[in-house]
Amino acid sequence: MEKTEPTAVALDDATVAFRLADGRLYTAVEKANLAVAHGEFVAIVGPTGCGKSTLLNVAAGLLKPAAGAARIFDKPLAGLNRDAGYLFQADALFPWKTAIDNVAIGLDIRGTPRAEALARAQKWLTSVGLGAFAGRYPHMLSGGQRKRVALAQVLIRDPKILLMDEPFGPLDAQTRQIMGNLLLELWTADRKAVLFVTHDLEEAIALADRVVIMSAGPSARIIGDWRITLPRPRDISEVRMEKDFHALHREIWSVLKDEVMKGYVQSTQAGAA
Amino acid sequence: MSRVTLLCLQVLVAVVALSLWQFFTTVPLFGKILLPPFFFSNPVDVFSQIVKWFSTGVIWKHLAITLWESILAFVIGSAGGILVGFWFARQPRVAAVFDPYVKMVNALPRVVLAPIFALWFGLGVWSKVALGVTLVFFIVFFNVYQGVKEVPTTVLDNGRMLGMNERQLMRHVYWPSALSWMFSSLHTSVGFAVVGAVVGEYLGAAAGLGYLIQQAEGVFDVAGVFAGMFVLSAFVILIDMVVTLVEKRLLVWRPTAVARD
Repeated sequence: MEKTEPTAVALDDATVAFRLADGRLYTAVEKANLAVAHGEFVAIVGPTGCGKSTLLNVAAGLLKPAAGAARIFDKPLAGLNRDAGYLFQADALFPWKTAIDNVAIGLDIRGTPRAEALARAQKWLTSVGLGAFAGRYPHMLSGGQRKRVALAQVLIRDPKILLMDEPFGPLDAQTRQIMGNLLLELWTADRKAVLFVTHDLEEAIALADRVVIMSAGPSARIIGDWRITLPRPRDISEVRMEKDFHALHREIWSVLKDEVMKGYVQSTQAGAA
Repeated sequence: MSRVTLLCLQVLVAVVALSLWQFFTTVPLFGKILLPPFFFSNPVDVFSQIVKWFSTGVIWKHLAITLWESILAFVIGSAGGILVGFWFARQPRVAAVFDPYVKMVNALPRVVLAPIFALWFGLGVWSKVALGVTLVFFIVFFNVYQGVKEVPTTVLDNGRMLGMNERQLMRHVYWPSALSWMFSSLHTSVGFAVVGAVVGEYLGAAAGLGYLIQQAEGVFDVAGVFAGMFVLSAFVILIDMVVTLVEKRLLVWRPTAVARD
């Protein structure tokens, strides 16, 4: 967090709106301001449907904000964010490629010689604990293993920014903790700027340097920003036992709870309408 | 059921069917043969006809012609289907304009095109190929179109975020997806290639399995008609086995390589 480093990801009054099927304009996120410093791990937490992922897509350049702008290393973002790696919530591996080819693809398309790309992919597979699974196709891997491959697929390109959209959402509780620790371990090796979206506050506090809270949608806003001072290196399952963790959790949850309830009420009303 | 039992039962069905056929066509019941041999022939005659075809070697020429026509129809139809499928899927406006015409041509029973093709391309190989192409093309076209359209957005976004340009997306995402759809209908499209060839031959040709059947029918040689049908069935089953092999090889990445048609 040196002052001289440019901000890795900055959103300036970013507003995202969608045209609904009936022609009305739906504002998902309103005037979001967010800055992720170089090497900082920021988690965005909010109730379901608040537009957390929308914000991430703006940072990735997959979505254009209706107003405001995104800056990547102090340069306005036009088109796709070439400095970012994106870990999707849903399965995004190429089902017709083996694990190793899935990991190597990021290098292949850059024109890295095939042998070198494969060697590096194998190394990455090993570091996510799948060294022996190189020849497997995604359908032959478990959900957790597919996430590991996806992580290797993103990290092999050595992006300066890591965008993660509830990447461990579909996994069971134990696998989530293991994946969380793996992520922290890999992240500690070369601190990238991370923007991590989740609906799980505990996960957010355990992983991040900062936790940002969003209000319920529509027109979701950023309503809170906490610095997580828990010491590193952390172990996801152990850090949850600490007193500071509980204090932080209570404090943030008191704000988040109201929004979760609002989001819940809105979603049930939307269902009834 | 074990494999052996299954095979035994399968063979039993054939034996029973053939025995009944032989029995009713040769043994008089109440002084009357139930299936007159003139219309139904009998398994022994049919079998000896098949043996004669193979022993004299007459059949090979016809098989080769039909196989060649089927292969040409499959290759040309598939190539066309892939090209147009890709084009339409990537250019929704073009697809929208041509949509009613595609539906119209596809709704047409292809047999009625046979005389036209015979006029245009003569009685040789190409009129049969043309008929097969009209059948194969649509199967491949619809599947490739669907395959390109049905690429999950997440996979596409992932490709983009990993730095793929349009050409690389084509090669690493659209193309494998489209091919997987095409291969999943491989049995149908290959089958239609053979249908096109045989129907074309039947309606007017100088060689081929369809021609053989039509010739036998023309002289009321029922044994010849049945013999032609059996050879044709065996031919189609052989081709289908080859397709299954190819499919297993190409769709290893699929959870289950089953045909969807």
